[in-house]
Amino acid sequence: MSEQIKKFMYLNRRAPYGTIYAWESLEVVLIGAAFDQDVSLAFLDDGVFQLVKGQDTAEVDMKNFSPTYQALGDYDVTKLFVEKESLEERGLTLDDLMPLTYEDEDDDWAEKDSIKVVSRAELADIMEEQDVMFSF
Amino acid sequence: MSTLHTVNKSPFEKSSMDSCLAYAKQGSAVLMYEDGIYGAIKGTAIADKIAAASGVSFYVLGPDLKARGVAEDKVVDGIEIVDYPKFVALAAENDKVQAWV
Repeated sequence: MSEQIKKFMYLNRRAPYGTIYAWESLEVVLIGAAFDQDVSLAFLDDGVFQLVKGQDTAEVDMKNFSPTYQALGDYDVTKLFVEKESLEERGLTLDDLMPLTYEDEDDDWAEKDSIKVVSRAELADIMEEQDVMFSF
Repeated sequence: MSTLHTVNKSPFEKSSMDSCLAYAKQGSAVLMYEDGIYGAIKGTAIADKIAAASGVSFYVLGPDLKARGVAEDKVVDGIEIVDYPKFVALAAENDKVQAWV
């Protein structure tokens, strides 16, 4: 089998705790990171709520899995596209999201932001370039 | 007859909150919980609809706000943040509970 690298995109469209989709997506991304593909994540619609900072689930008896997003950079998952229109419709800005970073090995391990806010039109173009889409 | 309406779905994904607002009469109460709490965020289309609903009392469950990282200062003015005992009290105070699932 050839060692061809494909562009994989994980599409996240659900809020974090009402359903299991968000958590399952994160698990699949981390497992999939072992396969050396060109991985990116898209957060749109209610998916943008997954990255909201300050989540504290102590009073609802559920696991707060939001700190796990911090680990993505260590697994070379460094492209997190967040759709601008979805943020705006929900009264959110980039400042409401967790700061997520990675160390760029091609740039003397400089710390860089993983989250990139893009417009709906830009995200549509990025989606068009993908080989495989995983929907959650 | 007073009614407590409960909404537990995101208003951005499902029409439950919209329908609830269309049916909630004066003197009734609306409680947002679970993913329904996203309806309480300032600066959205739903927030405008809540502001326009006259004679309806709005409540949002604090623990579900916290779980989702929605700070209290992000909540629309006039919506009361409540705890679990107050949820129970609201259910008891009203004649019936109508759930918009």
